[in-house]
Amino acid sequence: MIETIRDNLGPMMFGGLILFLLIGYPAAFSLAAVGLFFSFIAIEMGVIAPQYMGNLTFQLFSIISNDLLLSIPFFTFMGAVLERCGLAEDLLDSIGQLFGSVRGGLSYAVIFVGAILGAITGTVAASVIAMAVISLPVMMRYGYNMQHATGVIAASGTITQLIPPSLVLIVLADVMGKSVGDMYAGAIGPSIVQVALFCLWVLCLSIFAPHQVPALPPEARTLKGWALVWKCIRGIVPSAALIFLVLGTIFMGLATPTEAGAMGAVGALVLAAMYRTLSWKLTYQAMSSTMRITAMVTMILIGARVFSLVFQGVGGGRWIEHMLTGLPGGQVGFLTFTMIFIFFIAFFLDFFEIAFIIIPLLTPAADKLGIDLIWFGLLICANIQTAFMHPPFGFALFYLRGIAPPSVKTRDIYLGSIPWIGLQLLLVALMIFFPEMVTYWIDKHVELDPAALQKQLDAIPSFGTIDLQGLSPPKP
Amino acid sequence: MFKLWLALATIGCMAGTVAIAWFFCRQLMPLARIIDRFGGRLGVIASWLVLLACLVSAGNATIRYLFSYSSNAWLELQWYMFAGMVLLGSAYTLRVNEHVRVDLFYGMISDRARHWIDLLGGAVFLMPMCVVMIWFTWPWFVQSWVLNEASSNAGGLIRWPVILLLPVGFVLILLQGISEMIKRAAALRGFHQHEYAYEKPLQ
Repeated sequence: MIETIRDNLGPMMFGGLILFLLIGYPAAFSLAAVGLFFSFIAIEMGVIAPQYMGNLTFQLFSIISNDLLLSIPFFTFMGAVLERCGLAEDLLDSIGQLFGSVRGGLSYAVIFVGAILGAITGTVAASVIAMAVISLPVMMRYGYNMQHATGVIAASGTITQLIPPSLVLIVLADVMGKSVGDMYAGAIGPSIVQVALFCLWVLCLSIFAPHQVPALPPEARTLKGWALVWKCIRGIVPSAALIFLVLGTIFMGLATPTEAGAMGAVGALVLAAMYRTLSWKLTYQAMSSTMRITAMVTMILIGARVFSLVFQGVGGGRWIEHMLTGLPGGQVGFLTFTMIFIFFIAFFLDFFEIAFIIIPLLTPAADKLGIDLIWFGLLICANIQTAFMHPPFGFALFYLRGIAPPSVKTRDIYLGSIPWIGLQLLLVALMIFFPEMVTYWIDKHVELDPAALQKQLDAIPSFGTIDLQGLSPPKP
Repeated sequence: MFKLWLALATIGCMAGTVAIAWFFCRQLMPLARIIDRFGGRLGVIASWLVLLACLVSAGNATIRYLFSYSSNAWLELQWYMFAGMVLLGSAYTLRVNEHVRVDLFYGMISDRARHWIDLLGGAVFLMPMCVVMIWFTWPWFVQSWVLNEASSNAGGLIRWPVILLLPVGFVLILLQGISEMIKRAAALRGFHQHEYAYEKPLQ
């Protein structure tokens, strides 16, 4: 009996985790409590030494001193300021007018603005709310199909997740131990493909079901000529400046992702001042909500680290890795399993819970199977996007429901999301079959040619043999 | 083989706390209010740290780029502030019920059942966790204080203030947890109207 428990502490702990989380107490504290409860049992049974728990302090220290996690409050703050400052409204208005004469023009405008907002900030809420407030009434007034209108808004809001500088990618890079720069570079391809897929879908609709996406009648296009150009410039120039400030500085190596986030946040404040929407109230609201999100996320991470410290100690990590590498079909089997698993688990778990609890369990197995972790991370990211769109719990749909007028039926919002979830899953499939989409943009690591290296080494003038006291290996 | 007495004592403590919260919640409500107010003050400080950390970090990057000058003290100050946000703000976040939950079942049950979960969860999950965390981090702070430990980076800051934040943060969460238990018990017994319903956090 005791022996069986000893050998199966890992699986038991995993079961305990699921059970305790389902109770519905805040996940951060349940996680830590499961970890500590099992550490008590494991120490009593002699599976782990009491000193092992001393690692806890190092784990805590590594969390609070992690520079990369610092970008969480910065990007959140930036998003919180931007969502209240009026930039999105200007962009949507001008681009909507620009494309208005084309069938499906408003849908294209929503997709492009979603992508631009995605490249500035990393929060879904900001984009969805802005677009629902501005574009949905216009789309309703001019006879867009309701399901299409709500679907395109929700979907365009969620692409923020995949487009750098996304918080999701930062957290994934940190959890997987990869560079954020590479993660961002890898995300460029899939982001472009995703925008293209969305536009293609709107194009198909405008050809095969033109009544769903009518062009705006001339009287709806109030701005013409220079007024329109000026309005477009007013929306696009500040966005481009912010995109450069954040992404440009990261890709050019001028700033770390954390500093780029801070610069973006300051830039957002300046922008809000330019739009004359900056006030103490706005700033304090943004600060306070940022603080609460940061505290919530970091506490989950603390709980998850306590859990995984004990989980690794009792051999749970090996158990999971063994199970995953033993899946039939090698790489493909593993990817299929994990992608389906994450798709479903995302119905119940928040992104940060997935990132801090589930991903560390999957990463070693992926690495062992020879899967490129950046590719794997981006697959997960593209997959998790759908979580924002699943009825009935998807966040994007939830925000949309909150903003949309009562005449929009909840049924329409749910049904409207389905084609877009399909498109997002298509992206995941495309990424699996064409990994080049990801790897193309990542700087190739310089391959060292041993022969050339030797030649160079030989060319260095020799100093003869110097015996460095204590530095050279002892002579046999 | 098990340290039976320790396990029994722990369970006894948990049951005792729940019982005290249940029977004395009316008398303890002023205590809960004091804790709430105190946590709220620290929450304001934590919110300001967000803005300050932003300015410091953006300033660091700008100065490094313009003047090629970089100081470890300012770089370390950024994450000292991050630690401040998290550890001082966590208790307030608990009070406004914004720590994320898995709401598969939680979303379906009645308000009373939710209060019970928070009351019992506070005793079974939150309190033991905080006590263990304080137990681990306090001696670490004392050591750092006694050795007057400083950062290993040139020009870095002394370490004890940020290490002190850890036990302090967990004490604050513990206190807030106690306050929440009192309020939940009071709500269950009809003395108190609970104000913060759970909503999933925005992202």
